[in-house]
Amino acid sequence: MGLLDFFKARPKSTAHLAKERLTILVSQERSSRNAPDYLPLLRKELLEVIRKYVNVDTDAVTVNVQKDGSHELLELSVTLPER
Amino acid sequence: MAEIIVVTSGKGGVGKTTTSASIATGFARLGKRVVVIDFDIGLRNLDLIMGCERRVVYDFVNVIQGDCNLKQALIKDKRFDNLSILAASQTRDKDALTDAGVEKVLNDLKADFDIILCDSPAGIERGAHLAMYFADRAIVVVNPEVSSVRDSDRVIGLMASKSRKAEQGSRIQEHLLLTRYAPDRVERGEMLSVKDVEDILGLKVIGVIPESPDVLQASNQGTPVILEDASEAGMAYDDAVRRILGETVPYRFMEPKKKGFFQRLFGA
Repeated sequence: MGLLDFFKARPKSTAHLAKERLTILVSQERSSRNAPDYLPLLRKELLEVIRKYVNVDTDAVTVNVQKDGSHELLELSVTLPER
Repeated sequence: MAEIIVVTSGKGGVGKTTTSASIATGFARLGKRVVVIDFDIGLRNLDLIMGCERRVVYDFVNVIQGDCNLKQALIKDKRFDNLSILAASQTRDKDALTDAGVEKVLNDLKADFDIILCDSPAGIERGAHLAMYFADRAIVVVNPEVSSVRDSDRVIGLMASKSRKAEQGSRIQEHLLLTRYAPDRVERGEMLSVKDVEDILGLKVIGVIPESPDVLQASNQGTPVILEDASEAGMAYDDAVRRILGETVPYRFMEPKKKGFFQRLFGA
């Protein structure tokens, strides 16, 4: 760190940003990697069914599989539009 | 019993072939019987980095297709006679590499070598898959850079699901090798640190190779950089080789070089 740098405004380090972005991305990609193959299709079909009744966004449906000890939990979440 | 080690990364240009050449040479220098195989079919380059490009007569695909026997295709290193190279083919037919063919070559090599090092191509296609499929251990080469780190994680995931070890219910033992590391940039917050990469990927490094002009110079001459005695990158590779063989070796070249008073004052 030089004397000249001392007077410059210092933004958040880019390495720090890189770590934050990668930590989120890697954890997302790992959870989808271990998920069953049918999840994307299941999500797509669910979305189509829901859209017959409610006009929701394409990202309104999330489908997750979680391992809880010996059994797996399929978690569905639908975000309804605000009225 | 020979050990199969794959050098892989996902992303291209991070230093897989440089690493394969140096690590293979390092093992050989310590007395191991080593063969290093170039799996990058169509883009042969290991021979060039090892400096034996003019002695390639037969290649990996020739052996698989029965055009020659394995002994004819192995190129003996000029510096260490316990080190051999099996070059990649320059054919454009990527399907020339068959599962059964690769398995047979690896099995045949096990009789004569202690370490079989597989230099993987970039990507996650057939060549990369076959390079890792039979491996006992993996060296995942990663640069402290976002796309390289992400791709490494993808490759680590593939090894955990689509390898023989995984199918048998065990797993490939993985090590990270961080290359092109610039401690001064890490200190300025411009580059991911060793710890950052370890945290993100959940794996420990087995070597940290500093960014160095010696790597290009060594490749110009066809000498693996590990043989450049005065080179920090070369020394860091030798440390990594020893760690892979189970030695405890302290880490070097991970702190920024000390600057003089005027350099510090003006931030040069």
